[in-house]
Amino acid sequence: MTEATVRDSATSAEKRVPSADLLEVIDLTVRLPVEGEVRSVLRGVSLTIGAGEALGLVGESGSGKSMMARSVDCLLPPGAEVDGTIRFDHGDVGSLAGKELRRYRNQVAMIFQDPRAHVNPVRTIGDFMTEALRSNLGVPAAEARRRAADMLLQVGILDSQRRLGQYPFELSGGLLQRAMIAAALLTEPRLLLADEPTTALDVTTQAEVMAILDELRRRRHVAVLFITHDLDLAAAVCDRTAVMYAGQIVEVRSSSLLHDDPLHPYTAAIAAARPDIDRTARRLLAIPGHPLSAFEADPDQCAFAPRCPHALDECRAAAPELIELDGGLSRCARVRELRGRLKEGQDA
Amino acid sequence: MSTVASSPAAATAKHSRGLALLRATGPVGIACAVIIAVAAFVAIFGSWLVPYDPYVSNLSLVWVGPLGGHVLGFDGQGRDVASRLIAGAGNSMLGPMAVVVFSMTIGSALALIAAWRGGGVVDSAISSGLDILFAFPGILLAVLAAAVLGPSLLAASIAIAIAYTPYVARVLRGAALKERRQLYVAALEVQGASATSICFRHLIPNMLPLIIAQATINFGYAVVDLAAISYLGLGVQPPHADWGVMISENQSGILQGYPLPALAAGACIVLVVVAFNLLGERLFEVTKQQSR
Amino acid sequence: MVPWRFLLRRLVMLCGSVVVASFLVFAAVDVAPGTPLAVLSGGRSISPASLRILEARYHLNEPFFTQYWYWVNNALHGDLGISITLRENVSTLIAQRIWTTAGLVLYASILVVVIGVAIGLIAGLRRGALDTGMVVVTAGAAALPSFVAAIVLIFVFAVRLRWFPALGNGVGLLSNVWHFTLPAIALAVSSMAIVSRVTRAAVREEMGREHVQTAVSRGIPTGQLIRRHVLRNAAIPITTVSGITVASLIAVAAVVEVAFGLNGLGALMVQSAESKDLAVVQGIALLLVLAFVIVNTLVDLLYAMLDPRVSVGAKA
Repeated sequence: MTEATVRDSATSAEKRVPSADLLEVIDLTVRLPVEGEVRSVLRGVSLTIGAGEALGLVGESGSGKSMMARSVDCLLPPGAEVDGTIRFDHGDVGSLAGKELRRYRNQVAMIFQDPRAHVNPVRTIGDFMTEALRSNLGVPAAEARRRAADMLLQVGILDSQRRLGQYPFELSGGLLQRAMIAAALLTEPRLLLADEPTTALDVTTQAEVMAILDELRRRRHVAVLFITHDLDLAAAVCDRTAVMYAGQIVEVRSSSLLHDDPLHPYTAAIAAARPDIDRTARRLLAIPGHPLSAFEADPDQCAFAPRCPHALDECRAAAPELIELDGGLSRCARVRELRGRLKEGQDA
Repeated sequence: MSTVASSPAAATAKHSRGLALLRATGPVGIACAVIIAVAAFVAIFGSWLVPYDPYVSNLSLVWVGPLGGHVLGFDGQGRDVASRLIAGAGNSMLGPMAVVVFSMTIGSALALIAAWRGGGVVDSAISSGLDILFAFPGILLAVLAAAVLGPSLLAASIAIAIAYTPYVARVLRGAALKERRQLYVAALEVQGASATSICFRHLIPNMLPLIIAQATINFGYAVVDLAAISYLGLGVQPPHADWGVMISENQSGILQGYPLPALAAGACIVLVVVAFNLLGERLFEVTKQQSR
Repeated sequence: MVPWRFLLRRLVMLCGSVVVASFLVFAAVDVAPGTPLAVLSGGRSISPASLRILEARYHLNEPFFTQYWYWVNNALHGDLGISITLRENVSTLIAQRIWTTAGLVLYASILVVVIGVAIGLIAGLRRGALDTGMVVVTAGAAALPSFVAAIVLIFVFAVRLRWFPALGNGVGLLSNVWHFTLPAIALAVSSMAIVSRVTRAAVREEMGREHVQTAVSRGIPTGQLIRRHVLRNAAIPITTVSGITVASLIAVAAVVEVAFGLNGLGALMVQSAESKDLAVVQGIALLLVLAFVIVNTLVDLLYAMLDPRVSVGAKA
């Protein structure tokens, strides 16, 4: 049984408790065949999510965050090579097949980025929502529809009966995404994988959908893996946030501390790069270079070193491991010295 | 994507773009292009390439099989089959050429006119007109033309060309609309460029890969349709050499046990049509990829 | 769910097409070189009495549109004129032959849809040797014109193997089917290939779509997934192309009828075109255009029923 570090909300002290982890990912490495060659997309990723906990997963394109979600849900494209272990509720996920796999998929629900592409355009919303209930859980059609209508109300869609009979093209992006969330929650999953659910929506709708997601999460005690490229968004909704770069986890931290006390130069850099209405800045800070994908990174050095303002020879000599520090994890070799000085604008 | 380039640079750019387009179709596409080139060569220079006179009939050699220099034997009137095939290439490919040139030109013009003010009165009128003309299958129109004007390759070609034009116009109208909405067109209009100059110097060159792909596929269809009309006796008239006519002339040979002349003509048709179809399909795919 | 407004619009277009087509068919007589009289008589010399009959019959002394009106009126009442060469009512001639053509087209259509879609599905849902083989074969078959297919079939199956007759209609239903088999195959071959390629492409494309991923992620069993998400969506382009292809069979049937010596409408039309018997050509052309347009409209209707975005969207 593994142990987890939990921050007691009352005393703010840390304690180690026997793991109530719902999801454990241990040293996951994934390679995909792309245009004839096999490329790595995930390199030795480990994380845990406890029951009812919300973990944010932040990264830019190419960081491998979407692949994480797909690996957990066994949705990798054919030909993918997977090393490492994924455990759900202490059972190994990788060995699941057939009926077992389908049952697993009812306990782990996924919502996707672009609702229009991910919902069958020629079937009604009602059909879309009740499908899993009817075919996997054997719920009779009328009962399934009742539950679907009820769930639509809970996500804030009021004329639910009418909406059930409509087709996806008759709903706006925001409504469709809410319907997708509702559909995902109908099978009463214990873990929700949200792959950039609000990226395709405008900001106002984004806020509404996030609020709904957050409320439902708390009410139903569903664990959430919330994937996004927006650090602040993750911090707002999730208890802990993990940051990914080039197919690796580079930092895991309690969300409230991420901004003020980042443990990795990359985290500090992306936090600083986001324009904030409360700050006056003379220039937008950008990280020089472009984000690397896992297969582009040199495995023998720190993946971020080429772009890091604090990089020294030791960073380029060997790939750093994850270091535990003060309740969080960091993959920066110099974290102990740099700590406290990583917040924006300060140089080593 | 497109810039107003000076003429010599634009010309060389177009040339290499054409070759690049061909190369992008892969080994299959190139093989087809070679076959087409050979067929075109034979079609143009056929009358100088024939080993024997395709029109001279020798009644003592009716249906005789391959003999000496006569690789494919003789047909039902004692004429050398191979020579007739070579001579026939011209007729069999000339009609389709005219069809494609006509339908692509008129079709493009209609498409551009309709797309220029997309959604307006002109567009609706043209589109509805085209939709109505869709009612005429090519062969039907050709039979009608033959009945009225007398059977000839010209009548059949005109009829088929008219039948293809609405289809071409519809396909190109979609592409023209998309191109018309590109920002560079608005920019050019603001600069004061006239509609015709924008169409000729920018819209058409950008649509050229699609036009070429469509023309290639249509050529294949036209070969089939015109050969069918000639087979029916309503197109090229015997004793002129033409692959469709040859199949009709030599069909009785099959029943009598001499299948070679008819099958040889059939093989020529199929070979050329397959080449055009495959190349056209490849070109289509390349065009789609490039526009992403 | 029947999309009524869509249907109405298509019916209006259908009538429009038929009207324009009938006008073009009628006007063909005017386009012909020489006086209408000479064209109608096919260039043969006729007695003054026959001349007067023709004049009265076709209202040749009256304005163009009046003539057209008479012609249409007559046509709607089933009178399409008289064949000069065969000395019979055109409508009678048509009635004698319509079942041959209809039967041939129906037979071929069944082959195209059933076999074409089946092959496409098998190739689309599986990978490997079967699939590659199918792609190659259909590429060749799609380019096979029906009259070339006809002679090959005649050569192999009629002359060499003697399994099927090479010519003629046959008498009686069973004999008809036997006689029509080779012609139907010849007519269907290239369309079968096209339909199977489109089916395969559509199935492949649907399988790669994101909404299928969503269904997988929700644990929908594979059989149901394929039926409800892949096939149901692929049915849209498959139906459209099948429909268009079947419609095109109507015209191409003429070639096959001639090749196999079947006495159908197409064969009669070709024969009449050669002998300049215009009334027959006009009558049959009108009928075939009508059939063509009706089939296309039905295809559009079917498409609208399968894709809610078309019909329901018409309201929105």
